[in-house]
Amino acid sequence: MRPVEIKKGVYWVGVVDWNIRTFHGNTYSTKRGTTYNSYLIIDEKVTLIDGVPGSFAGEQIGRIREIVPVEKIDYIVVNHIEPDHSGGLPELMKLCPKAKLFGTAKSKEGLARMYYTDWGLQAVKTGDKLNIGKRNLTFIEAPMIHWPDSMFTYCAEEELLLPNDAFGQHYATSERFDDETDQCALMDEAGKYYANILWPLGGMIARKIDEILKMNISIKMIAPSHGIIWRRDPMKIINSYISWTKNETRPKVVVIFETMWGSTDMMARKITEGLTDGGVEVKLFDITRSDRSEVNSQMLDAKCFVFGSSTHDNGMLSTMAGFLEFLNGLKPKGRIGAAFGSYGWAGGAVPALENFFKEAGIEQALPSIAVKYIPDENELKRCYEMGVELAKKITGKA
Amino acid sequence: MDKYRCTVCGYIYDPAIGDPTASISAGTPFDKLPDNWVCPECGAPKDMFEKV
Repeated sequence: MRPVEIKKGVYWVGVVDWNIRTFHGNTYSTKRGTTYNSYLIIDEKVTLIDGVPGSFAGEQIGRIREIVPVEKIDYIVVNHIEPDHSGGLPELMKLCPKAKLFGTAKSKEGLARMYYTDWGLQAVKTGDKLNIGKRNLTFIEAPMIHWPDSMFTYCAEEELLLPNDAFGQHYATSERFDDETDQCALMDEAGKYYANILWPLGGMIARKIDEILKMNISIKMIAPSHGIIWRRDPMKIINSYISWTKNETRPKVVVIFETMWGSTDMMARKITEGLTDGGVEVKLFDITRSDRSEVNSQMLDAKCFVFGSSTHDNGMLSTMAGFLEFLNGLKPKGRIGAAFGSYGWAGGAVPALENFFKEAGIEQALPSIAVKYIPDENELKRCYEMGVELAKKITGKA
Repeated sequence: MDKYRCTVCGYIYDPAIGDPTASISAGTPFDKLPDNWVCPECGAPKDMFEKV
């Protein structure tokens, strides 16, 4: 694949990782693969922004060579040191040892710790400018979006924002721009990315977007470090982020359960029927057979979470417990919830779920339903009614 | 005892309250917080706090 000129003299020199299927260890499924975007600006000072993982360094270097000898790189902007963006640096720096690096103070500290090499990175702060010839780059620190070292780079002459991991998607494509690709897949992946990586950081993201909008800068293109570049409608992703940071929800319920002998499964399906008949959108997941990161992305705009588990060793089942540990880290706000489950003798799962709601600040909308051994007709009816009642509460008809 | 503010999200660490989410008891001064303590709001490390 040839480099792609995204603006006159600005080239995409990243790589497409078509077959990666898990990311961040095993915390994130990347069924559509991903890309590691890197951008080369040809100016008086040849400047590279963002990088690729170590395993793809050769491919990136080859793509840069199609435009300019790698040795000609003067400046490298390190917006973020996570290994999927910095892993290729050691190989690259061997070829252009005199290149000057720019990043935040935290980035300097982190790179030293990751690669045990001092490349003499110059620490920059918000508002610092770097002249590269006809163009100027402005740096905007973005700590904890999503690592302490994170930074955005803005080029006023090109009206181009390079926000690294913000506004990205794990989405491998042969296209590079938003107007060329499948919109449903694009927004699905953008939402999944936000839900699984940025959700707990909503408050800071909202402030950062506000800060950038108040800078009154013109943004015609947003080129993130993963996935598609926003050029037709950069405000589409900014507005989606604003909605997500506000924890805006719709009348939608996600029912998640784990069952041992099928009783909790029966209850889950009855509750789901009640919700469906109550006129709200529902998604039902057996968490032992579902992809956790897909479930998280379904929760991003859901008003209500319904959790069920059989009792095991006086508590909930462990896959469910593991899922809730992940969810707790995402800090969902402004949701309501309900709990259900089955037990044999002493029931511990439902109190454990109720405890989760309390700790996570999710308001329990209805009393829980706990059933001994196997639900009878009346108990299944109660489950159905729980669904109907929840639907009424969500749609404001209660 | 001094309060410290998270420069990332604005959270204020008040020694009089401690940090119940991390089992830090009331009365713990900022400099006695463990090195791996992080902002309960945004996860920023200790060195991103400044004295109020």
